[in-house]
Amino acid sequence: MPEIVSRERVQDLLSHGAQLVDVLPEDEYAEQHIAGAVSIPLKELDQAAASQLDPARPIIVYCWDYQ
Amino acid sequence: MSPRAAWRLEAMGFEKVYEYAAGEEDWAAAGLPLEGSSASVPRIGDLVRTPVPLAELDETVADVNGRIDEEWDTVIVVNDQDVVLGRLYRTQLDEDPGATVKDVMQEGPSTFRPNVSASEMHEYMRKHDLETALVTTSEGVLVGLVTLEDVEKASGRSS
Repeated sequence: MPEIVSRERVQDLLSHGAQLVDVLPEDEYAEQHIAGAVSIPLKELDQAAASQLDPARPIIVYCWDYQ
Repeated sequence: MSPRAAWRLEAMGFEKVYEYAAGEEDWAAAGLPLEGSSASVPRIGDLVRTPVPLAELDETVADVNGRIDEEWDTVIVVNDQDVVLGRLYRTQLDEDPGATVKDVMQEGPSTFRPNVSASEMHEYMRKHDLETALVTTSEGVLVGLVTLEDVEKASGRSS
């Protein structure tokens, strides 16, 4: 079960090499996203899209808020 | 959306998956770095004036007056975690010097997050006839004070 993390924990994970994934639609990502995040919109999240992620490193997913 | 994404990644075999449930809104409200076409819009988090005069609940008005510069007409009341509890204005500072901050302060002042755009803040301050506005994190921790003058310059507007 994916762990829900706080902002502080996100910062800690990022400092240790975690990957940050923005799952909002691409146009929203282009407008604004957390610095360093890659865009994989939820609708496009399949095996091919996920292959760009390193399975050895933690992955943090986010959207706008508690959606 | 992010819960579904997290579960989907786990289903694909990724083992170290986390969900930042509070999301981009939480990150932006904390004034943390953003990228994108609108990320360069001037925001009040970039305009705050610090340090600002502070006071504690159990101080007296005389205590506060004894250590703030005349140029300031507002003092922010915080606790030991810098969480904003209230605000004092010059009119209250000119009152009974023996009164405590807690007794005379304006409780629960309006606060704004660092990611509010300068133009949005300018519109609000003009509408409500404000000279200054308090900026805090979403947890209520004081970031600083923005002035009407500063948001006007940043938003390219005038009064």
